[in-house]
Amino acid sequence: MVLEFKDEGIYCPSGDFYIDPWRPVERALITHGHADHARWGHRYYLATEAAGPVMRHRLGDIALDGIAFGEKRQIGDAIVTFHPAGHVPGSAQIRVEHRGEVWVVSGDYKTVADRLSEPFEPVRCHAFITECTFGLPVFDWEDDAILSAQLNTWWQTCRDNGQHAAIGAYSLGKAQRVMTMVDPSIGPILTHGAVENTNEVLRAQGVPLPASVRVTRDTDVKATPGALIIAPPSALAGSWLRKFGSVSTGIASGWMRLRGVRRRRAAERGFVISDHADWRGLNDAIRETGAERVFATHGYTATFKDWLTEQGYDAAVVETEYEGDALDAADTDADAPTEAETVT
Amino acid sequence: MKDFANLFTTLDQTTKTTAKTAALSAYFKQAAPEDRLWTIALLSGRRPKRTVTATRLAEWAAERASLPDWLFRASYDVVGDLAETIHLMVPPAAQSVDRSLSAWVAEIRALATAEEADKRSAILSAWDQLEGAERFVFNKLITGGFRVGVSQKLMTRALASATDIPEAELAHRLMGNWTPDTTTYESLILAPDPAADQSRPYPFCLAHGVDGDPDDLGPPEEWLAEWKWDGIRGQLILRGGTHHLWSRGEELITHRFPELARALDFLPDGTVLDGEILAWDPEKQVPQSFAALQKRIGRKTVPKKLLAEAPAVLRAYDLLEAEGVDVRARPFAERRAMLETLLADLPPEAPVHLSPVVPFTDWATLADVRAGARDAQAEGLMLKRRSSPYHVGRKKGDWWKWKLEPLTIDAVMIYAQAGHGRRANLYTDFTFAVAKDNELVPFTKAYSGLTDAEFRKITAWVRKNTLARFGPVRQVPPEQVFEIGFEGIQRSTRHKSGIALRFPRMLRWRQDKPVSEINTHADLLEMLETYG
Repeated sequence: MVLEFKDEGIYCPSGDFYIDPWRPVERALITHGHADHARWGHRYYLATEAAGPVMRHRLGDIALDGIAFGEKRQIGDAIVTFHPAGHVPGSAQIRVEHRGEVWVVSGDYKTVADRLSEPFEPVRCHAFITECTFGLPVFDWEDDAILSAQLNTWWQTCRDNGQHAAIGAYSLGKAQRVMTMVDPSIGPILTHGAVENTNEVLRAQGVPLPASVRVTRDTDVKATPGALIIAPPSALAGSWLRKFGSVSTGIASGWMRLRGVRRRRAAERGFVISDHADWRGLNDAIRETGAERVFATHGYTATFKDWLTEQGYDAAVVETEYEGDALDAADTDADAPTEAETVT
Repeated sequence: MKDFANLFTTLDQTTKTTAKTAALSAYFKQAAPEDRLWTIALLSGRRPKRTVTATRLAEWAAERASLPDWLFRASYDVVGDLAETIHLMVPPAAQSVDRSLSAWVAEIRALATAEEADKRSAILSAWDQLEGAERFVFNKLITGGFRVGVSQKLMTRALASATDIPEAELAHRLMGNWTPDTTTYESLILAPDPAADQSRPYPFCLAHGVDGDPDDLGPPEEWLAEWKWDGIRGQLILRGGTHHLWSRGEELITHRFPELARALDFLPDGTVLDGEILAWDPEKQVPQSFAALQKRIGRKTVPKKLLAEAPAVLRAYDLLEAEGVDVRARPFAERRAMLETLLADLPPEAPVHLSPVVPFTDWATLADVRAGARDAQAEGLMLKRRSSPYHVGRKKGDWWKWKLEPLTIDAVMIYAQAGHGRRANLYTDFTFAVAKDNELVPFTKAYSGLTDAEFRKITAWVRKNTLARFGPVRQVPPEQVFEIGFEGIQRSTRHKSGIALRFPRMLRWRQDKPVSEINTHADLLEMLETYG
């Protein structure tokens, strides 16, 4: 086997390294900077150059080596390349080749291009290790143009009604995606500290983002009527939003496709904007890899495996500790906001 | 149906009552009268009957989506709402047809007598003609589960604002036996004939629970106390030489309790009483347990044996109409005095009793009386302000229920199941067990009492700690201890534990408590001895 599934994570015996391990290891190849994939405590890290700054921001002073997309790297007897996953800026699928057999670890991915992340690139392989966060046919995303129009109409209506529009979006990826989807001529964009910290990191590495203003203790909310406020979803539920007075709340997440989830979050508007592939995206991606073997790591794994088996794949479920878009777990200890996200 | 679907979307996209009322009111002003009437009917729980089974709908939706049935079912388990699952899985409509709400409702109802094949083609073609929210609304109508986060009260308020008819008056007009087939918007709302519906009940006056100390209610002499019975709230109407019995859920239950027909022999025409329907023990002259009454609730006709075992009575505690006159505006003390006079000389075999007043002079004494409620076969006390009118609906300040603290038991969770609707995709329905020697005996399910944050936390735990899956149910290791509260306990032959609880719910998640300290099956049996 080119890759094995061990207690620490996905392991490559011929190269003696792990991919997105959840326990501390000697050498870790990281697909992207989200906390369930890039964890603290490994001796050496390898990630794309574009993913590096955010990882340093989140994990501090780590021994991190960068690699360009498509650059070949020999590790032990394995040949490794990183390919765009279209999930967040710098996110990669990792291709591992040993004696002519190719395995690909998807990390998290999205097949439809946005204006932010390097577009997803299908990689031919024998075995594909895929996420399936939204691996049910009820998950079907609209085009970005439609979603942009929904966001802009909502924001404009709020502005016309003298309200602020506050949207819950994760601080890495979703927040910036929303920023690139809205029309900044409608009004100012205010950001929660956790979002703005990530914005600063991304701007410094050359990711083009519209202007945004960090909300601090001293922010005068009256000076910015009709602003769009972007904050992590957990901040919308707490007292952080109170000072803005009349606010219409929205959440940007693939889970907003489900009415029950949106109503439970008590958000008035749900925008079905995801960094993950929808049902069609997952199926298209898997088909394009040409893989015969498929391993489902996180999401609706059991159902998705059964579906793939029916489609003729040699499919299996692999238990991992990845969480995908764990909107509902956002208030649990396991997925508590990072320190940066609790700063106001 | 586009207007109605837009209304639905607006209602669904706001959590603010004022915005909901405004949207509804605007809709009532512009919609066609038939659509207004159907909207009122839908929002007051008068949904069209199901004309197609859920199983068939699921099959046809899977077929239309070119997906296997099992995958549809797996998706339904996650979405938690059949109408929504269909809406999300069936390909978007290819055509756009604008037909009114009432036309679509008529089409749905007409399917009742249609052949299966015709039903199928009608449904498939509807799915292909309805765009966006319209299709979701259609699915909601056809699955018979139309709920939109709008209470009847809110709808009534919006209608009041659209018509300039007082809200309390409208609430009364909307009560009773009507359906869109038996009335029109004009005769229901605008120009009702009071004599037209002899069976029409008054809106029930509802109480809030006492939170904190009854001392805060002020001087005790301003209040009357009664036992709070554990039965079914009922309104008995004697008009035009016949009688009608309504439940608090606005269901006509006259024929389920034939004993009450005899009330006509003892009470004058033009009388309306509010009280509690109870199963009565004629020998001991006390109410039987709720479990005895429960045997009667589900039955449309009652076998003789049951009539003898669990005869029903109405314990009346309020008078709403006397000699054909609405007396709801008079002070409670006055209504109560009239009620006492009315029921004073009834013989013991009359099916209507007076619910006695519980005398008291200070709150502390009353608290002691309340502690003995279980001995009086009651679940606590009701406190009613002497000067208060009989309000429409739940109004804070004049009526309070002061229930006993629930019985409690510490138990461990062994199975979890995801909820529906607002709780879709979240583990909220749990099965609990108590210890018996070295095994665990399941004894109850509970699904309420925790906060959303707690449900999210336990959901994350369930996902990470699943031992086995049985369809939507997950078996989990017996580690999480909960304090279960309940109102009563009964012997039951249907359950392995031998007991059944009344209104079980989670009071607290006892994360501080190890499984070794949960209650035992013997503890439950002891409670059954004491309270059963």
